[in-house]
Amino acid sequence: MSTLCQIRDLSVTYRDQPNPALAHVTLDIEAGGRLAIIGESGSGKSTLARTLAGLLPPRTHLTGEIQWTGGTPPRPGRDLGFVFQDPSSSLNPVLTIGEQVAEGARQHLDLGWKQALERAQDMLERVRIAQADRVLRAYPHQLSGGQRQRVAIAAALAAKPKILIADEATSALDVVVQAEIVALLDDLVRDAQMTLIFITHDIALASGFADRVAIFKDGRLVEAGPTASLLAAPAQGYTRTLLQSHLDLTSPPLVEEAAT
Amino acid sequence: MTLLEINNLSKHFRSGGRDVTALDGVSLTLDPGQTLGLAGASGSGKSTLARIVMRLLPSDGGSIRFAGEDWLALSGKDLRRRRAKIQMVFQDVLGAFNPRATVGSVLDDPLRIHEIVPKSDRPRKIAELLDRVGLQANLADRSIRDVSGGQRQRIAIARAIATDPALIVLDEAVSALDVSIRGKVLELLVELQRERDIAYLFVSHDLAVLRAVSHRITVMDGGRLVETGPARQVIGNPQSTAARALVSAVPRLRIQTPQGHSHEP
Repeated sequence: MSTLCQIRDLSVTYRDQPNPALAHVTLDIEAGGRLAIIGESGSGKSTLARTLAGLLPPRTHLTGEIQWTGGTPPRPGRDLGFVFQDPSSSLNPVLTIGEQVAEGARQHLDLGWKQALERAQDMLERVRIAQADRVLRAYPHQLSGGQRQRVAIAAALAAKPKILIADEATSALDVVVQAEIVALLDDLVRDAQMTLIFITHDIALASGFADRVAIFKDGRLVEAGPTASLLAAPAQGYTRTLLQSHLDLTSPPLVEEAAT
Repeated sequence: MTLLEINNLSKHFRSGGRDVTALDGVSLTLDPGQTLGLAGASGSGKSTLARIVMRLLPSDGGSIRFAGEDWLALSGKDLRRRRAKIQMVFQDVLGAFNPRATVGSVLDDPLRIHEIVPKSDRPRKIAELLDRVGLQANLADRSIRDVSGGQRQRIAIARAIATDPALIVLDEAVSALDVSIRGKVLELLVELQRERDIAYLFVSHDLAVLRAVSHRITVMDGGRLVETGPARQVIGNPQSTAARALVSAVPRLRIQTPQGHSHEP
């Protein structure tokens, strides 16, 4: 697998902040791979996502290097799609679903509105929105949270980017919808052979479908490597803490069972 | 004796000219000192149920008996006095506090409103509450915005236990917490339950959390309770479509250990 991007000693400090949000991060991102960036709040995982996507606010101080294979950084919206945690704030409330999904295709694929809307309908079908032709004319508030996130994914992918960054894209959804969206991302990324950068606080979710993981804490990279070997034999205590803190249906209950 | 008994509760909302049934014939019971996990996907009606129990929303039909009284018939002074016995902890703790409040004033409010201890004794009681939830007493002077998310959720728990409640409704109370903090908060809740015989109605879409703390679990779908039973039974052998969907959606940690043993079911 070839390298998409080499991050070398990257530090990011937001304006007027005394401490860096990311400090001395060195990491390779493989083209066509699925990298999970795992961390708790304040770990710097979203800062890394925004740095890669060129979405940092003005006057953010960066040191170190990000070298993209091919020389130039991916163009946001064209080469790189981004799905945010909260679909209700990433969609414009006064534009129809069709206009928002078509916009990327129109801008970046040089399509007219008519063709762009056809592409939008096709994308809505790809993200398994039922009655896509009707949803095209709907507004975000008429959809459920899960449907809105599907629309946001369709919009992010409308211009056929080669990189998709999903920043806690399923965290605001309930577990049933989360599982559906993860399965959808899995399919879409495989079909289009995209590079997926999946930002999450949930190590179990990442364990299910990332081929590499990078664990972050307090703005620093704790460790990174192939998912299977890193989770089976973590080198760092913090990774072990995350694994031990994970709760699933096999975790021992804290209370005695009810008698009846 | 049963602490909470809900019978045939119903609730409808009008939304965009359509009639939406949020609760449809919901019946359940909860004993003192026990936890009932209320599971369900978004829109299943679980938060509506929690809000009716809290008397934050009126019901359209059905009854609730709490501690032997007709809970929905109480009003005015009687309701205010008894509200001390049912407390609530929300997911979004910052939104549940006055943003200008200090930690101390957050805990002072219930002690004053419900006349739990005389004014001169309140600072001591606040220190005791903070200590009980694992926080330093000197946190009392800090702004509620200047403490961490985990500390804030402990303060919400301290506020809930301040009035010596018989029931606490926990609405996604640990869902916003980092995993390394979540386990400790769940342990604290279980300790407080054992120590004070508090019943919990624990609302969550996350069955893994409910499995950890619930004696019984009930699953809600489309405003109805579709399955209720001991936690082990509902998780291990779900009968309804909704329960099976929730069980299978819980992310499994997939680890291949060197022995070839897998955590994956």
